[in-house]
Amino acid sequence: MLETRELILNMGPQHPSTHGVLRLVLKLEGETIVGTDVVIGYLHRGSEKIAENLPYFEFVPYTDRLDYTAALSSNLGYVMAVEKISSIRPPERAEYVRVILTEFQRIAAHLVWLATHALDLGAMSVFLYCFREREAILDLFEMVTGARLTINFFRIGGVPADLPPQFFARSWEFVETFPDRIKEYEALLTRNKIWLKRTRNVAVISAEDAIDLGLTGPSLRGSGVSFDVRRAEPYSIYERLQFDIPIGEKGDVFDRYMVRMEEMRQSLRIIRQCLEQIPEGDLLSRVPRKLKPAPGEVYVRIEAPKGELGFYIVSDGSEKPYRLKIRGPSFVNLQSLPAMVQGGLVADVVAAIGSIDVVLGEVDR
Amino acid sequence: MSVLWWLVTLVKVGVIFGAVLGVVAYMTLAERKVSGHIQLRLGPNRVGPFGLLQPIADGLKLMFKEDIIPDHVDKVIYLLAPAISTVAAFAAYAVIPLGPPTDFFGLLPEPVPLQIADVNIGILYIFALSSMGVYGIVLAGWSSNNKYSLLGGLRSSAQMISYELSLGMSVVGVLMMSGSLSLTRVVEDQAGLWYVFLQPLGFIIFIIAAFAETNRLPFDLPEAEPELVAGYHTEYSSMKFSLFFMSEYAAMFTISAMAVTLYFGGWQGLPGLGTLGIPPVLWFVGKVAFFLFLFLWVRWTLPRFRYDQLMNLGWKVFLPLSLLNVLLTGLGLVLLR
Repeated sequence: MLETRELILNMGPQHPSTHGVLRLVLKLEGETIVGTDVVIGYLHRGSEKIAENLPYFEFVPYTDRLDYTAALSSNLGYVMAVEKISSIRPPERAEYVRVILTEFQRIAAHLVWLATHALDLGAMSVFLYCFREREAILDLFEMVTGARLTINFFRIGGVPADLPPQFFARSWEFVETFPDRIKEYEALLTRNKIWLKRTRNVAVISAEDAIDLGLTGPSLRGSGVSFDVRRAEPYSIYERLQFDIPIGEKGDVFDRYMVRMEEMRQSLRIIRQCLEQIPEGDLLSRVPRKLKPAPGEVYVRIEAPKGELGFYIVSDGSEKPYRLKIRGPSFVNLQSLPAMVQGGLVADVVAAIGSIDVVLGEVDR
Repeated sequence: MSVLWWLVTLVKVGVIFGAVLGVVAYMTLAERKVSGHIQLRLGPNRVGPFGLLQPIADGLKLMFKEDIIPDHVDKVIYLLAPAISTVAAFAAYAVIPLGPPTDFFGLLPEPVPLQIADVNIGILYIFALSSMGVYGIVLAGWSSNNKYSLLGGLRSSAQMISYELSLGMSVVGVLMMSGSLSLTRVVEDQAGLWYVFLQPLGFIIFIIAAFAETNRLPFDLPEAEPELVAGYHTEYSSMKFSLFFMSEYAAMFTISAMAVTLYFGGWQGLPGLGTLGIPPVLWFVGKVAFFLFLFLWVRWTLPRFRYDQLMNLGWKVFLPLSLLNVLLTGLGLVLLR
């Protein structure tokens, strides 16, 4: 008797293009995907539980390791949540420093995304071009914070150190040269026939589905939903800043790609305005040595490079949180992967993973 | 068949085999150097001056690596597959003429052709061998008993068979013009005008199909790393892996040499200008080097096609175009004669 069986292909956790330790169990008919199981948990470190056993101050470095391509954004989300629950307002200058650094961080995170995404689709040289510019940003971070990847810089109540004088000159230099670099990447990809073939109408997700599945960030905006926490619920100083929210139309890989490319330009705009407007003043407001927020709960969300990053804190009045819940955008976004790749080919899975831009440190926490 | 004939042939076999091996070794270095410079890096520069000894170091390293044969493989076929690939890739070189017949500055009593065998079906011979090479990859994928290898093997059989058709059909145009399957004749016919000017469409199809035939980006689907880990050679290690690696480069060398021979006048100099005093062999080597560089250049610039797109392209675009090319060539020959 002849019979056809589905081929079950185990992709990951050790696989070149699952971006870390993501494991997918693909059910294939030939190379067509008829089912996808996403298996996560290989990088679980119990961050949320650790938080319950640490004073508020001491959890900041753990947030660096959530989305390790955007350590500062995670820092910011957590620090802002603690500030909200304990009613601390950071000084004006500190807010500007935070926004400048997190926007640089967004560019750096998007560069990692572009580099790996292009690599996954076979454009190998784009990887190193992106890392060249990321290197410049990491140099800026090193200048300010001393660290390059897992940066622990933001403090509850502000920032610990000022931007060094040469930071401004170097930042301006970057802001001036980077648009040309983006053009360079786009010259290699945006109108490349093969790139278009690999990304157009691939892993499409409609706006309704995207909302239902809880997609946020550039992946949601790629489907044409104009939702950006920076605009929907402005935090820090984003109210004063001019920037556009790029959106896509169809919600395919190409739209998500274009949204992120445009976001890098918008981040540059934000940095430009902040560098011009940054006021003089204090960097750290007065924060009690032993921080004991009043009992209560708070949810604070920011627009991290990957989407809505939320911190939910329940305080019981002690110096440690009673419960800390992290809404990692990568974790939530990942659940739309099976819907995106259904009926596609193995190669589309790779494109889809790249276009959602997941970081497993944040998925598993 | 005099003793001298045997002697000369043996020397030619040795020299050409050695030359191909050397080219393969230095192609790996060139690949790394070119990719390095494209990617704003330096490439290997530690082993020897400018990293020139790097291929030797790589070769030694691969020799001394542990040769793992996984338990679950089909052992005989698993061992046979890299050998098939390599033999097919290297043997194809036997019929390509490197230069005009020469007596080596009076060393030999009569001029000998600068190719191992002037077979009268040279082109068919090369196609036959490159089809053999596919078996190496398919069998490797099959015998590895690994799903990624299997997918890689399946892809490559589908891909190479489809593109071999276009490749073959595109060459038919050249054959119709020269009226011979012998590569020596083809080269001699191009003394006045290279066939690339008479067969532009054929050439474009040929070169694109050549990329697919040698599994190079943008058509490197059998081993597409982000999807299939390493495709058909996932389970291979040590020298067996490097045999696949070498056969890929040898195939690139052969197909470049074929492109030069069929479309760019082989060892002939520029059309209308002659050799400009440069030995024909150097003309040949220079042209081949250009094509090899093209392979590297494209690889480090373009993204990769998807499997179904590649098949569509092969069957729905290139095959009809190559048939059209044959038709046009035929029409041209009839009308102009």
